[in-house]
Amino acid sequence: MDVMKKVPVREQEPNVRNKNFDEVCLGYNEDEAVEEATRCLNCKNARCIQGCPVSINIPEFIHHVTEHKFEEAYKTIGQSSALPAVCGRVCPQESQCEGVCIRGIKGEAISIGKLERFVADWARENDVKPEKAKEMNGKKVAVIGSGPSGLTCAGDLAKLGYDVTIFEALHEAGGVLVYGIPEFRLPKSTVVAHEIENVKSLGVKIETNVVIGKSMTIDQLIDEEGFDAVYIGSGAGLPRFMGIPGENANGVFSANEYLTRSNLMKAFKDDYDTPIARFKKVAVVGGGNVAMDAARTALRLGAEVHIVYRRSEEELPARAEEVHHAKEEGIVFDLLTNPTEILVDENGWVKGIKCVKMELGEPDASGRRRPVEVEGSEFEMELDAVIMSLGTSPNPLIHSTTEGLEVNKRQCIIAEEETGKTTKTGVYAGGDAVTGAATVILAMGAGKAGAKGIHEYLSNK
Amino acid sequence: MYKIQKAERLSEKIFLMDVEAPRVAKHCQPGQFIIVKMDEKGERIPLTICDYDREKGLVTIVFQIVGASTEKMAKLQAGDSFSDFVGPLGCASELIHTDIDELKKKKIVFIAGGVGTAPVYPQVKWLHEHGVDADVIVGAKTKELIMLEDEMKAVAGNLYITTDDGSYVRKGMGTDVLKNLVNKEGKKYDLCIAIGPLIMMKFVCLLTKELGIPTVVSMNPIMVDGTGMCGACRLQVGDEIKFACVDGPEFDGHKVDFDQAMKRQQMYKTEEGRAMLKLQEGDTHHGGCGNCNE
Repeated sequence: MDVMKKVPVREQEPNVRNKNFDEVCLGYNEDEAVEEATRCLNCKNARCIQGCPVSINIPEFIHHVTEHKFEEAYKTIGQSSALPAVCGRVCPQESQCEGVCIRGIKGEAISIGKLERFVADWARENDVKPEKAKEMNGKKVAVIGSGPSGLTCAGDLAKLGYDVTIFEALHEAGGVLVYGIPEFRLPKSTVVAHEIENVKSLGVKIETNVVIGKSMTIDQLIDEEGFDAVYIGSGAGLPRFMGIPGENANGVFSANEYLTRSNLMKAFKDDYDTPIARFKKVAVVGGGNVAMDAARTALRLGAEVHIVYRRSEEELPARAEEVHHAKEEGIVFDLLTNPTEILVDENGWVKGIKCVKMELGEPDASGRRRPVEVEGSEFEMELDAVIMSLGTSPNPLIHSTTEGLEVNKRQCIIAEEETGKTTKTGVYAGGDAVTGAATVILAMGAGKAGAKGIHEYLSNK
Repeated sequence: MYKIQKAERLSEKIFLMDVEAPRVAKHCQPGQFIIVKMDEKGERIPLTICDYDREKGLVTIVFQIVGASTEKMAKLQAGDSFSDFVGPLGCASELIHTDIDELKKKKIVFIAGGVGTAPVYPQVKWLHEHGVDADVIVGAKTKELIMLEDEMKAVAGNLYITTDDGSYVRKGMGTDVLKNLVNKEGKKYDLCIAIGPLIMMKFVCLLTKELGIPTVVSMNPIMVDGTGMCGACRLQVGDEIKFACVDGPEFDGHKVDFDQAMKRQQMYKTEEGRAMLKLQEGDTHHGGCGNCNE
């Protein structure tokens, strides 16, 4: 064993997995997990804990793993995180816990994410449940949205003895975990459904098919249904488009639509009723994790797929692992390329895109070098579908129907980072609804902060 | 689960159901819609709200068989349930935000085409309850497809029924009736609300533009989530892109790009057709439809 290197994790072969929707990464088995865990230096001043948005006691859980005490390890994680099987799979560990790992200075960081996943999967397979609150405090909290932020906030409050109800707009709980992230990265019926069951086993109720802002307003939740506080974790679900000619043609999708059809509605399975067209050649515009998810989904549905991104590889906002997986599976990266028009046939269907080549100029406000068009570099690509993955903004349904709830100019709810407190008394918010589209773990961190804020507010009320 | 209390066949392909959905019934307004899903594997189907009973917690929906999912839905009986029923979605009709005294001064005409009669009804009823009697033109291909006649008669000022084939009351399109009322009978209207097939709404808008009558249409494009998330329902309205689910479903008809909307409506035609064949013919389907390789 080379102590400087990670114990490699088993994956499905690229040429096999690019044709199925089964999970790409197979995870560690017991021996592999214990071996990897023994690489941990058990630092006194553990930087990984500070690197974790929910401050999991990482050295402690890893130490339990070295001693084969997996249930103990699960309990350690459970003190800080309600969704370990999800986070072990989708957190950007390389820029968080693993990014600051001391082992990573001379060698490779500890595979903290893969170990977290192992512990969570072990707990599921061995039916270990999180611990319920000893007694209820009689106070009611409503949580809007059952994504990572809402689930975390609800879980934390339930552990403190609150009577928590989550209201979910869609027919299934999980938010972005079910409609956004594909099966091959995050299995739904096993991993996600189980994490949600765990939150429910803490006493949290989930009411689906309730669109707050339409079915009911926040004021009605407080005045008519008797909730003492509200947490808004409604995410950032509104897709952006480029505003170029031809964008309303048939065959142009937002990544949200394409992924929702495939993930939430399970259109990729023959026995589900929702259709998803199978295309020959698809361009996915954008370079984030969502773009990678859409591209790899289209690939699995039989298309030749191109990522079209206006900056270079270095600026791709997607996680390195996702880009690596996408390339292995055969996705083509057309970098420094920007679409200027969607070409449409006489029946209103996409037949191609017109693009222009870009080069990088001076850094812009984001600190990344600004892409500039190369004059005279226009070219056309023949295609039958385009998926726009340009980011999302928060849905206005809630703030437009809630008096006193203020938003900034990007439509994000204004909330204090430490507590989630908004401009409306008793109403807290966090996750993408506050920050704009970010990651699962940051939303969970905000959910924890919101739970803390609500607990302080209701304890002093 | 959302129980069906009443299921009624209005015509060969049009069905009416009362569904127990107290939260929706409590808050819905004319002009809004719901999304229904039959079971775990079903599609999310957007349908306009035809009526509601806040006390009993009932919402009335009307739908037409257009594909495999609606065909399956038509088989549901009283006592059966939908796994999901979400709403109300979309914005309420402008009417309910308008000052009642203002409304009373206005002459309003509705044009309903086919199954579009269902979403017109709650608006006319709402106006009637607030002391405003609007004229209503109901058009359909043939007598069989005229629906809610008695209900509409009870709440409309004047009800004009017309059929394309002349099998009931009069022959012609809704647009012909409106043209007649304005040009021959000297009626003046300040507002037209047209709900029906895209092609009908397009021609109503062409006519009312000519007649100088501001016109509102209700759009029912392809949708997935119905909450603004997917953008499948986007429409060109003037120089803006709008999402029917959250910005609509009602828009200024003189600004809607109907030709584009009609092209977008065709998007899943082949898939829908295939699904329909699969359902109808089951294991006996062995080619001949032009869509499969067998």
